[in-house]
Amino acid sequence: MGMTRMSMDEKSVDTEFVVEKKNPSDKVIALAGNPNVGKSTVFNQLTGLNQHTGNWPGKTVVNAQGYCSFGGQRYVLVDIPGCYSLITRSGDEEIARDFICFGNSDAVIVVCDATCLERNFNLVLQVLEITPKVLVCVNLLDEAAKKNIELDLPKLSAKIGVPVVGTTAKNKKCLNQVFTGLVSVFNSLKDSPPLVVSYPSYVEEAIAILTPEVEAICGDAVNTRWVCARLLDDNESLVKAISNYVGCDIAKNKKIAFLLEEIKEKLAAKNSSFEQMKDDMVASFINKAEEICSDVVYFGDAAYAKKDRKLDKIFTSKLTGFPIMLALLLAIFWITITGANYPSDLISKGLFWLEEPFLDFFVMVGAPKFFYEPLVLGVYRVLAWVVSVMLPPMAIFFPLFTLLEDFGYLPRVAFNLDKHFKNSCACGKQALTMCMGFGCNAAGVIGCRIIDSPRERLIAIITNNFVPCNGRFPTLIALISMFFIGAATGLFSSFLSAFFLTLLIVLGIFATFLFSRILSKTILKGETSSFVLELPPYRKPQMGKVIVRSIFDRTLFVLKRAMLVAAPAGLIIWLMANITVGDMTVLAHCAGFLDPFASLFGLDGVILLAFILGFPANEIVVPIIIMAYMAQGNILGINDLDVLKQLFVDNGWTWVTAINVMLFSLMHWPCSTTCLTIKKETKSLKWTAIAFIVPTIAGLILCFIFTNFAHLFI
Amino acid sequence: MNNILRLTQLKEGDRAVVVELTLSNAMRRRLQDMGLIKGTVVECVGKSPLGDPAAFLIRGAVIALRSEDSDMVLVEYIN
Repeated sequence: MGMTRMSMDEKSVDTEFVVEKKNPSDKVIALAGNPNVGKSTVFNQLTGLNQHTGNWPGKTVVNAQGYCSFGGQRYVLVDIPGCYSLITRSGDEEIARDFICFGNSDAVIVVCDATCLERNFNLVLQVLEITPKVLVCVNLLDEAAKKNIELDLPKLSAKIGVPVVGTTAKNKKCLNQVFTGLVSVFNSLKDSPPLVVSYPSYVEEAIAILTPEVEAICGDAVNTRWVCARLLDDNESLVKAISNYVGCDIAKNKKIAFLLEEIKEKLAAKNSSFEQMKDDMVASFINKAEEICSDVVYFGDAAYAKKDRKLDKIFTSKLTGFPIMLALLLAIFWITITGANYPSDLISKGLFWLEEPFLDFFVMVGAPKFFYEPLVLGVYRVLAWVVSVMLPPMAIFFPLFTLLEDFGYLPRVAFNLDKHFKNSCACGKQALTMCMGFGCNAAGVIGCRIIDSPRERLIAIITNNFVPCNGRFPTLIALISMFFIGAATGLFSSFLSAFFLTLLIVLGIFATFLFSRILSKTILKGETSSFVLELPPYRKPQMGKVIVRSIFDRTLFVLKRAMLVAAPAGLIIWLMANITVGDMTVLAHCAGFLDPFASLFGLDGVILLAFILGFPANEIVVPIIIMAYMAQGNILGINDLDVLKQLFVDNGWTWVTAINVMLFSLMHWPCSTTCLTIKKETKSLKWTAIAFIVPTIAGLILCFIFTNFAHLFI
Repeated sequence: MNNILRLTQLKEGDRAVVVELTLSNAMRRRLQDMGLIKGTVVECVGKSPLGDPAAFLIRGAVIALRSEDSDMVLVEYIN
């Protein structure tokens, strides 16, 4: 080939993605397919990796790679984002397209959904137009069987001339077939040549006219027929990508421009046009897909999707759509709060009980005080807080949320909320990125790639922080329980906590709408763009897997990140609280400096300082506050919420302060990881700064208004 | 008798066949790639709680479209 990807347009490829072969003889396999057909599940099964999966289109937005081997051959498997077609609009689909078209993979596995084969086949046929090295993997056969859909895979294979394997990715047994299928792709064991869709004769004539010229330019770098067809398609972004790939601007080539003009004139003479031709070309694929599938798919039950429609009626109807959404949110929080209560208490007691033995140990071995005090009272204490307060809610929330995700509920949320997003001139898929924000705002920001329009994507990125991530809502829960539940105990109190938390989340969602609207009326002016959202069939979540996966992959990952940040932060804050300049500690100096400003918003200097120092991770905001207050007083044992509340009250907190802290926690600058991600995603300091400023200003304004409003009554 | 109407006007449970796409460029192609071309049978399977978007069954998949887009698809009603 001799071509490199060096000249590729930065925007058109995932520049950071490089296929890493461990051995030159490794074969690179691209795993393509429509969104939400279980590509990531197949990928995980084949490679033994743990790509996060979920039942909604757009789960995978970046390429991932893994390794596996079969029969002595090693493979590098690349999981690429789902796409409906190689003629694409959104960023994640462009990544997919470029990898299939120019990724130099040795073969492509196209994963299809057995319950919706016809729609999936458009992509299969498009890939076959580029390369004959294709393995079709018809996935979710179990789902199809449940719906009484039968597929004749051998017949399908004979029709398209490439191997076809059937899988139920949940069951590992089928996966050997994928490897056997791959082997036959490489050995070209099929008798019939791979199918290439033929266009109406006038299009084929036009292709024939272009072929010699395109061949002269591209050589064998890319499939000539395919390039000719794309020139006729007049797909600017794809022709540009091809041009970059072959290192010559095809569209600007004079001979080709001349030939295209000639073809246009011929079309006009026949009362036709390029537009008509484009339509006919698309139709060739859609009709071929229909023709193939009508011959190999048998629907045993015409109303096979009845159950899905029934569920949709419950989840998206006028009467029950929104109440169920709120109820589910409430239920998730209630289970999280109730379930986390006891283990949180236990872990906290255990960890703080250990504090004294640690101190005793250091004293016993004669370690110097300046060494062990920061270590135990700084680093250890903050870590203990982070683990005891963060771990239990995360370990409960993540699996619950993943269950909903696996079930297929999230696209319904997007469907229900779209009208609000439309009124805010934003994209309905923002609901999906918002949901991802619950887990982690940085993940939510990356997820915004599923939004096609750059303007709407920016809006989604800037407003993602209005949804509190996992690092923030344990803080919210702790404050709610301390200041607002207090005397009430048992079932009622945990329900009340969940209710307050839900109110806060709804406030965050409301802020998302409001600021999306403000942004689209000011700095991100523009028309609402088109929006296509697939509502996938509901699937029964795999309980066991979900729990194991979300605890080990997500909970521990997030916790690890929080602890990595918490340890040094604990040290710094201890040093600040213990190093004295003049007659006050550094901490007191800083807090004192911030105090006048902070009190405008019903906060105090220590709180604002804690939010500033908590920039690396929101998890450590409350422990910083505690430590700062404790440095000024002398209270031991912060494992009890009542003791903590007393500490806060002694430092001048009222319920107004608590609400302000919660509001500010909900709306302030994104954490450092999120900021870095925003910078990476937008490639712009300006938008990163705006994403930093917008929620901060929102929070400050809200706190200011609330404080002054509350003081009218107190 | 004229049975032509806009896709948006379909009520839940209504089936129709696509007569013409009046959208242009990217969105036209996107809908075509979803299998929505002249002659495709679509069924409205429901509307969102606020009435818009609506969900349509297109070649075995359920796709939600905003009224701006479904307005641009002309269909012929079938019983």
